[in-house]
Order: sequence, then C-alpha cells, then structure tokens
Amino acid sequence: MNKIPNRQAICETLMAHAKEDKHIYALCSDSRGSASMTPFFNAFPEQSVEVGIAEQNLVSIAAGMAHCGEKPYCFSPACFISTRSYEQAKVDVAYSNTNVKLIGISGGISYGELGMSHHSAQDIAAMSAIPNMRVYLPSDRFQTAKLIESLLQDEKPAYVRVGRNPVEDIYSEGDCPFEMDKATVHGNLEAENDVAIIACGEMVRPALEAARILGEKGIRAVVADMYCVKPLDKDTVVKMAKSAKLVITVEEHAPYGGMGSSVAVEVAANCPKKVITMALPDDHVITGKSGAVFDYYGLNGEGIAKKAVENLA
Amino acid sequence: MFLRAQCMEKPDAETETDMEVKMSKPEFDVKALTIKSLELRKVVLDMIMKSGGGHIGGDFSVMDALVTLYFDQMNVSPENMDDPDRDYFIMSKGHSVESYYAVLAAKGFFETEKVVNEFSQFGSKFIGHPNNELPGIEMNSGSLGHGLPVSVGMALACRKENRPSRIYTIMGDGEVAEGSVWEGFMAAGHYQLSNLCAVVDRNRLQISGTTEQVMTHENLHAQIESFGWNVTEANGNDIAEMREAFEQAKTVTDRPTCIIANTVKGYGGGEIMENKAAWHHHVPTQEEYKEIVKALEAKKEGILHE
Repeated sequence: MNKIPNRQAICETLMAHAKEDKHIYALCSDSRGSASMTPFFNAFPEQSVEVGIAEQNLVSIAAGMAHCGEKPYCFSPACFISTRSYEQAKVDVAYSNTNVKLIGISGGISYGELGMSHHSAQDIAAMSAIPNMRVYLPSDRFQTAKLIESLLQDEKPAYVRVGRNPVEDIYSEGDCPFEMDKATVHGNLEAENDVAIIACGEMVRPALEAARILGEKGIRAVVADMYCVKPLDKDTVVKMAKSAKLVITVEEHAPYGGMGSSVAVEVAANCPKKVITMALPDDHVITGKSGAVFDYYGLNGEGIAKKAVENLA
Repeated sequence: MFLRAQCMEKPDAETETDMEVKMSKPEFDVKALTIKSLELRKVVLDMIMKSGGGHIGGDFSVMDALVTLYFDQMNVSPENMDDPDRDYFIMSKGHSVESYYAVLAAKGFFETEKVVNEFSQFGSKFIGHPNNELPGIEMNSGSLGHGLPVSVGMALACRKENRPSRIYTIMGDGEVAEGSVWEGFMAAGHYQLSNLCAVVDRNRLQISGTTEQVMTHENLHAQIESFGWNVTEANGNDIAEMREAFEQAKTVTDRPTCIIANTVKGYGGGEIMENKAAWHHHVPTQEEYKEIVKALEAKKEGILHE
C-alpha cells in the first residue's frame, strides 16, 4: 500500500523546480504541516511566505506577488481556501488573471470526523463557477506530480484539490499517461460498453474496482479518470456516453454543481443517455474516517457496481 | 493630452544639471496640480452625466491624492507601464473609478474623450470599476477590502526582487470595516514593508450616513499604528500636504506607512454636494450640473488669482 499522500507529491515536485526557478513560492496560512510543505519551507525559506490564519490574505498576497512576476502556490485546507477566500479567488486571481495556483489540501471529507466546517464538498461547484478558474482533482501521487509539472509551465489561475491520506496507486513511475486537460481512459472506448464510469480524485480507484466487479459479471465497463473537472474533457465525455448504455459519475462532492452536473450537461446536449450521479448527500455527512464514510454512502467499488446493475436492468 | 503640458512645463533659465534632474521628475507646482485636480473633477462630472451613473462624492474627495500620486510621486507612465521597476498602484476603493480613469487619461494611458463617451456604455471596456485589461490599471477591484492585501503581495515580491518600486493603494474610510483590510495591515506590519504606502480617504461619509454612525473609526490612527505601521495624517484635499506625507513615508525604512487623508466628500463641487452622504452615487440633474461646474470654476479662479 502506498504511503505517500498526493500533497507530498506536490511538495516534492515543487522542490525539484524551486532550486532552479527562484520565482516559485509556497504560501501557507499556518498550514505548512497539513500541506506536507514543511520540507519546502525549510529548504527554501526565501521562497516561502507564512501569512498566519488568514486565508483571504493568503490568496490576495499571492495575487499581488503573481502580478509582480512570481509564481505563488497557496496551500490551505480545501474547505477554507475554496470558500473562505472565495471572493479573493474570484476577483484577485481569476478576474485579475494572476498566475496563482490554489492548492486545496485535505479535500472532500478527508477530515471526516471533524464535521461540515472542515469538509469541502462545495469546492468543485464554487471554483467551477468562476470564469478563468480551472479545477483539477488528481487521482494518485503520480498523476498529481504530472499535473503540477504541467501547471508550472503555464501562467493561468488554477484550483487543485487533493485529499489528506495516501491513496492506492493507480499509475506508476514509468506508466502514468498524462495529457493536460484530457481524461485518462481505462478500458476500450471503441468497444460497445454497458456502462461508462466517469470519476475524479479519490473516486477513480473505486470506479476501477467497480469495473473489475462488473467485468466478473459479464458487464462491460469503461472508466474515465476525469482529473480535469474544468475545463472538462467534453470530447471524452461524449465518447464515453456514445460507447455505453449508461453513464455513472462518481465524486467526493455535494450532489449539486460538481463534476457529475457538468458531465450530465454535456451528455444531455450531445448524446442523451441516462446519467446517474453518485456523490455525497445533500445533508450533513455522517461522522467517521473517510473510508467508512464512503462505504456508508456506497461510494466504493461494490456500491458503484450495484448502481450500474440496478440501472442497466 | 488633457492639461498634460501644463504640468510638465518648466521655467526657462535652468542649468543642464537641473534639467537632467527634472527630466526624471517634473517640478512640483502645487498651483498647477491643484488646477489640474479641479479640471479633472469636471471630466469626472461629464463622465457621470453622460453615463447616468457613478460615485461622484468619493471621486471628488480622492482626486487630490490621485493627482499627487500620478503627477508628482509615482514612477509610472504609459512609457514604463511594463517595466517591473515601476511604482504600482491599486485603487482599492474601486467605485471611485471615474476619478481614476480621468487621472489615467490625463497621464496619457487612454484618451479623455474616449473614456467620457464610453464609460459604462454597453460593451465598453471602461467598466464601472477598475479592470486591468485597460492600460495603466494593475489589478481589478470593486469589492472592498482587496487592495491592501494585494498590495502586501506586491510589496513582498518587489522587496524580494530588490526593486526600487513603491506600492500605493487608496482605501475608503468605510472600506476599513472590511476584515480583510486588517489581515493586510497585520501582514504588512509583520513583514515591515516600508515600500508600501496606503492612503485612507477619510471623508467621514459612506452610503448610509457618517462613518461614525455606521461603524466608528474614531481610533483609526492608533489602531493602524498598533499593527506596526507609521501613521500620518494630512489634509487630503491639499496637494502640498499630501506630497509632504508621501515624502515622509519614503523616509521610514522599517515600517509601512498609512496616510489618513482627511478629506471632504464631494470636495470642490460646492455647497450643493460637499459633505453630503446622499451624494455618494447621486447623478446630478442639469441644474445641479451647472452649479457644480460653477463651483469648480470659482475655485479654479480663486487659485489662479491667489
């Protein structure tokens, strides 16, 4: 089992570049430990900025720095950076078009036991609604590193959400196909499939598990790792829908305004098929560690497979 | 460009060395700048009359601070607007955009006539709040409480890059009620950003009444000082005083400076609009327009014949 959380992959990728590129900055709001950014702060104190517990300031300061030519990466729990500093993300980053990368750590229900204040089940909806803001939810540490490598090359705003805990590897060092803003498809898009499962972030692993379970039952499934929630890889969404009888989306998010909503819009417009959106409830999420909470709501391999079987019948 | 030559004019008999020095900085002529400031208020008035909207009260109170910055203090112009070593300004009280546009136009960033005709019109680039797709505007603003924290980021970056740049921002006094402003004050004090200078346009009025009724700022000076700032006060409608305050700020090397610019809302527009909360975003009638023009002219005449 992998022990490296995605946040650590971000830190390592940034550290690998920060030595050469003195414009790369990490900004934290008393969150360097939670963000796994302590090694960066220790190795590059001149490229690190601590703003204290002040997420609005975190994002505005980053915007000011970016405007003056720096490349700031802001780290704060996803629940805070996405909504506490929402207006700063909207006005100072997206609207002013500053090269700020917002990294939401411990996203979704990573802090399962800590209650709704610490859950970020609204971040995809909130960030996606801002023009000029991109939204990414990488699925494992290898994809996370590839994503950060790519983000280091551009000068546009982006929001990245990662979870707190290590997730099982999907890819490997030598085998992590990655194209910016293109979903990674697992399975055969050209074949006639029964179900197309589109997942993002930590839900990609259970989606793949569901495909395996369905395969054993003779049900053909194709899975898309839709790490690029915005801009959504619409082309792959339509191809997925065309290849199957049913589309299922799975995400660690509230049922409204998330990746599933965006997928449903594309499918409805271009290739009408039944779309089942699997997500967290529109309610207080039950208390517990994230794995147990996912199981409770059927956001696991078996739950997704069951949903497919029910809706194919 | 509108009145530009007037300010740039220099006396004839000067040595070459003097000339060189003054090439980098125009001679300070308080009278000329004060007149410019009054004439730019007329541009603002025309902009608002033409578009049927705007925030005239704050426009008039803040104009002298803007004129002092752009025509005396700041190293920024259409020629060096992409130079990283320039000075940076954020109009945090973005609703006073009409004044900002008038000053930027006078500075040559765009044409005065164009902004007067197009301000807030359908499809216009001259939106009712600052937008950095226009030349000369660094950051978008409009929602209050953003300018200071963004300025902190600029000041940090410029210090890290060893740039000579100074960072300026102007806030409204009502705006200081925003919590994010205090996050900015706190961080700037913590990082001892002496290259940062914030101005509070202390006109004592906001949309619902006096600032003291709405949310008191009686202790503003001491409050900001307690965040590790050098705080000074000046008559914000007196260009000589504002200049002195900006110059004093440059001598402070271990703290950021905040200038509390005591102003009159609607300054220069005469009795009809001065110090009246209702004029926060009032659009003058034709009769009122004439009154204001008359008041501005009278003030200008007074200065010319001082």
